[in-house]
Amino acid sequence: MPTAPAIETHELRKVFGENTAVKGLTLLVQQGEVFGFLGPNGAGKTTSIKMLLGLITPTSGSAALLGAPIGDRSVLARVGFLPEHFRFQDWLTAAEFLELHGQLYGMQPGDLRTRINELLERVGLSDFRGKQLRTFSKGMLQRIGLAQALLNRPLLVCLDEPTSGLDPVGRRLVRDIIHELRAQGTCVFLNSHLLSEIEVTCDRVAFIRHGEVVRLLELASLDSGQTTVTIRARGLTTETISGLARWGKTAAMETESLTLNISAETNLPEITRYLVAQGADVFAISPQRTSLEEIFIETVGKDGGL
Amino acid sequence: MKNTWILARATFREAIRRRIVLTGLVLGLCFLVLFSLGFHFIIMQISQAETNGATDLANRAIRRAADTEGQNALLMAGLYAVTFLCIAMAALLAADTLAGEIGSGTIQTIVTKPIRRSSVIFGKWLGFAWLLGLYFLLMAGGIVLSVWIQTGYSPDHLLTGLALIYLEALLIMTISLACSSSFSALATGGIVFGLYGLAFIGGWIEQFGAVLNNATAVKVGIIASLIIPSETLWRRAAYEMQSPLAGALGMSPFGTTSVPSPLMIGYALVYLLMVLGLAVRVFNHRDL
Repeated sequence: MPTAPAIETHELRKVFGENTAVKGLTLLVQQGEVFGFLGPNGAGKTTSIKMLLGLITPTSGSAALLGAPIGDRSVLARVGFLPEHFRFQDWLTAAEFLELHGQLYGMQPGDLRTRINELLERVGLSDFRGKQLRTFSKGMLQRIGLAQALLNRPLLVCLDEPTSGLDPVGRRLVRDIIHELRAQGTCVFLNSHLLSEIEVTCDRVAFIRHGEVVRLLELASLDSGQTTVTIRARGLTTETISGLARWGKTAAMETESLTLNISAETNLPEITRYLVAQGADVFAISPQRTSLEEIFIETVGKDGGL
Repeated sequence: MKNTWILARATFREAIRRRIVLTGLVLGLCFLVLFSLGFHFIIMQISQAETNGATDLANRAIRRAADTEGQNALLMAGLYAVTFLCIAMAALLAADTLAGEIGSGTIQTIVTKPIRRSSVIFGKWLGFAWLLGLYFLLMAGGIVLSVWIQTGYSPDHLLTGLALIYLEALLIMTISLACSSSFSALATGGIVFGLYGLAFIGGWIEQFGAVLNNATAVKVGIIASLIIPSETLWRRAAYEMQSPLAGALGMSPFGTTSVPSPLMIGYALVYLLMVLGLAVRVFNHRDL
């Protein structure tokens, strides 16, 4: 069913005793999308993922994965999951661990063997296939966990903090794998605090606060929106500076440096040509994009939604 | 069914890798050696006394009967110890299994596979039943074999008796597994041994009651057996295997006076299945 959304939730709610973990989550994630699920600690992100995967029963509301209502376990054959703070069966070797999980996915032995070799290679653990997981470092466990989530060639992968515990090389690996998954048309549902990671991997993000979506954002729009530019140049005359007003407002001025708020990044070449024509010596023109971090703080508040 | 089998094998492999099997094996062998030595020296003493004293034929026959009694009593004492070890093994094996995996999050990648949650319970149960079976076979088999090699004696209804003791170990393991689906490992251990203690005391009250013809005491014992029918299985097993004379003479610590009826065995079986069903039900509805 290529038309069914990867994830669809409607007013999904979970109450633990007196504590409302998820207030009412309504979300639509399409297949093939890389979707970031952002929010402060305690915003209900992990609880939401657990409800989607049938680990936690929702108090009310409804949800569907790949068109199947949650609770339909057969759909899980096409879903991969890497939990947060997981621990695996550490008495198993890397290959045995993947074999066990592949068997539980219902994979055929021949296919499973090929897939195990492929994935061990992909996450860089081929040399450790016969080593027990108890000897693995945190980063190696994260890698084998990721391999586990991809065994069944899923249509939807839920990754809960996949880069925690990883060094820069490992983080790069996760990023590359996510790009590959996107190219294959796999939907990736990513929950991470590393906003720089989200920024380079996700198509869309949802900001969650108190278990509700407070903002949805297309990350591509971050590139084309209003931008602040810092211009470092010598020989800027007052006329030159006032001439810049046609592209935007000057926000700050120091010797040899001025900050300008412009409406679109596409104006940058024109501004450069103008400055050169006015006889200024331009050293640098650097656009300062509004980072996801700024949007995050602005959206969920400095208190982190506590 | 296939998933149950996969998880049973994983459970068995875990016990081997975590050296649970090895520890059980080494300590079990120590126990068997100790028992065999003790048995050997006691039997030597008895037969020496016999050759010193016995002259006429009648006397010799009586002593032969006494021999069998002694061998039976020692064998039952050995099996009693084995029963206790198996029960401890059963309780400990299962106590941490679900509680531990829920606590560590290991369970999360298992139950998010396209399998029923009940497969996890059945798989673990089967894996532990398999392990316990091997352990019990080694221990009880070792004791019976040791006595048979040394004296040629083997008790009546041996297989029925052993099957009942194995059923008792399975019952304790099932209770431990069920508790482990909602309580911590420590609480599970406390509950299981508490229940076992209750059954143990209940069993003794019932035996005293039977000897003293006190109907109320017997009733108290039966109620304890209904709450947890573990001790009752041991007493039926002991009744099956003890020598007729020991049964007729009345109380002995390793035999039995008040005999649990076959109905009680049926009750224990149903009880086990109900507890297993309860474990599935609780685990199915639990937030993980």
